[in-house]
Amino acid sequence: MATETEQIHELANQEYKYGFYTDVEADEVPAGLNEDVIRLISTKKNEPEFMLEWRLKAYRHWLTLEEPRWANVTFPPIDYQAIVYYSAPKSQSKVKSLDEVDPQILDAYRKLGIPLQEQELLAGVAVDAVFDSVSVATTFQAKLAELGIIFCPFSEAVLKHPDLVKKYLGSVVPVSDNFYACLNSAVFTDGSFCYVPKGVRCPMELSTYFRINAAKTGQFERTLIIADEGAYVSYLEGCTAPMRDENQLHAAVVELVAHDNAQIKYSTIQNWYPGDDEGRGGIYNFVTKRGKCAGVNSKISWTQVETGSAITWKYPSCILLGDNSIGEFYSVALTRKRQQADTGTKMIHIGKNTRSTVVSKGISAGFGQNTYRGLIKILGGAENARNYTQCDSMLIGDKCGAHTFPYIEIKNSTAQMEHEASTSKIGEDQIFYCQQRGISAEDAVSMIVSGFCKEVFKELPMEFAVEAQKLLSISLEGSVG
Amino acid sequence: MLEIRNLHVSAANKPILRGINLTIHPGEVHSIMGPNGSGKSTLAQVLAGRESYDVTDGQILFNGQDLLEMAPEDRAREGIFMAFQYPVEIRGVSNMYFLRTALNAVRKHRGDEEVDAMDFLTMVREKMKLLKMDDTLINRAVNEGFSGGEKKRNEIFQMAVLEPKLAILDETDSGLDIDALKIVANGVNAMRETDRSFLVITHYQRLLDYIVPDFVHVLSDGRIVTSGDKTLALELEEKGYSWLEIEPGDQPNV
Repeated sequence: MATETEQIHELANQEYKYGFYTDVEADEVPAGLNEDVIRLISTKKNEPEFMLEWRLKAYRHWLTLEEPRWANVTFPPIDYQAIVYYSAPKSQSKVKSLDEVDPQILDAYRKLGIPLQEQELLAGVAVDAVFDSVSVATTFQAKLAELGIIFCPFSEAVLKHPDLVKKYLGSVVPVSDNFYACLNSAVFTDGSFCYVPKGVRCPMELSTYFRINAAKTGQFERTLIIADEGAYVSYLEGCTAPMRDENQLHAAVVELVAHDNAQIKYSTIQNWYPGDDEGRGGIYNFVTKRGKCAGVNSKISWTQVETGSAITWKYPSCILLGDNSIGEFYSVALTRKRQQADTGTKMIHIGKNTRSTVVSKGISAGFGQNTYRGLIKILGGAENARNYTQCDSMLIGDKCGAHTFPYIEIKNSTAQMEHEASTSKIGEDQIFYCQQRGISAEDAVSMIVSGFCKEVFKELPMEFAVEAQKLLSISLEGSVG
Repeated sequence: MLEIRNLHVSAANKPILRGINLTIHPGEVHSIMGPNGSGKSTLAQVLAGRESYDVTDGQILFNGQDLLEMAPEDRAREGIFMAFQYPVEIRGVSNMYFLRTALNAVRKHRGDEEVDAMDFLTMVREKMKLLKMDDTLINRAVNEGFSGGEKKRNEIFQMAVLEPKLAILDETDSGLDIDALKIVANGVNAMRETDRSFLVITHYQRLLDYIVPDFVHVLSDGRIVTSGDKTLALELEEKGYSWLEIEPGDQPNV
């Protein structure tokens, strides 16, 4: 008879199933970073002059910055000169339709469960697929264009909609914001761009799947989403990478802008390769995500399910500028094996009657270390601001850790703040109780964890909630030992 | 139905059960009584498959199968149910979802079709009435925020839904007031059938006024020191346990 502990152990150590590598010929620039490399990237992407200048400005500023070390994570120094900053599948240079996409790449996405043929897609989801440094396919573009919605690779937006890019790029996350955002500004290669015009409710979920394939490359994508007055859009991103012994850097920047009465819902299912049992390999996921509720009554919701990456450093935030604007952050972060996560949010209340909600669920298993770090800042002019924060940690096994760093800064005495926190341990008692009712240990762990994450999962679009739940139960297989 | 032969169990190298022999036939209600620390709950936990105990000797057959070789969930699916002395809370998982998952696991094992949420609700309504369960209890998270009495009633309710072959009640009476005790006892009595057996573990005779056992066994220091019918329980109530420990005779065969 397999004991409960053994069963849980098996569960937790299940292998990463997205770890395959696709052998496509790549067009890469040499490893290392200098102004010539940036010029080369810009040339390869046929960028207008303003982009190159923007990149160079960022690069020069980056040289003056130091890697932040305040997060509750440890990793050896990163050699930024050993990273390849641009890698594109060679055959990919001039693709006009899906039929021209390298079949090997289509196959890679199929293995990931993301068919790019429009007729096979989940009903109502438009997909942009980013493979290493470039976007390889974007579906349903024509249909969205009928409504005036622009959904395209970032590099295409730079060429076709330079005015929008010029106006909004860096308007939420300025070039000088932080070390990784600044690096991204210098070298970003692709990502998704979305603009929803006034009064338009985007009729389908927009989604981007990011895939790191090539070795020694970093992925630096840039996503910009703008919801004009009264617009609504729901966007989802998913991420995977092959298994490798080395660490790979992923430093993305996401900017959201919501004008008057607009709403943006941004969901992430992050499943980058987490590294092996000894902590070898895995993605460094150092990401800057920020949304600006620029207009009155605007709303931005971040929902994230973070199960992958060796290290996660990520604080999707909201600047609540418009009066009555709303910011939300719902997060499930799972760390197992030797994974480390320092994640949370910043809610900056500037406008009157602004409201924010933060619900964070951290799950630690194996040797995982999970940190919630959150800042709630109420500025002087933010009359009647309200915040509700709930921060729960669950421990599976006795070698993992959960940490919480909540920061609250209040400059206006009318603010109302609530903060709740809890820590619980998934016990053999709970598992045994389920087993005694006929439920297997595996299903029991998954049921207990789903119950714990329920408030966050209900914020995800339905298809993805199911996917997230499955991902979490797969990731947890073998967690206690 | 259940045959326990010379069962020796230790925890952390300390012997707790020291040669238990017990046979339960279909339809019988057996009660195990005994002072604190005599091994009553250990016996229940070992039957249910708790892994923190080491079975050092002996054998347990359940309907001819070697019970000790089976995983806890397989024992449950084969029809062993234990009402926990301390029912566990599971946050965010509704009682209804939990119980339906359990029922479907059992049904699947038996080759029956799984039931959907609607059919399930129809099925359980009667049983909720029997245990005077409030409708809201089924939608709340498993045991979360339940009072002691609600938890115990919920255990018997789960038993009524899962319809086990052998039900083990581990000190189900502890912490119950007299009204709750009657409700629980009614629930158990309503389930007494010719092919269903019960093993009722209790410290006090009180419960046995309502659930009348066919056999009473007294457990002391890891052995069954004496067995009898329901009058033995009354005798214990009068004299206490101490007279048994002074003269621990040979274990009778039942």
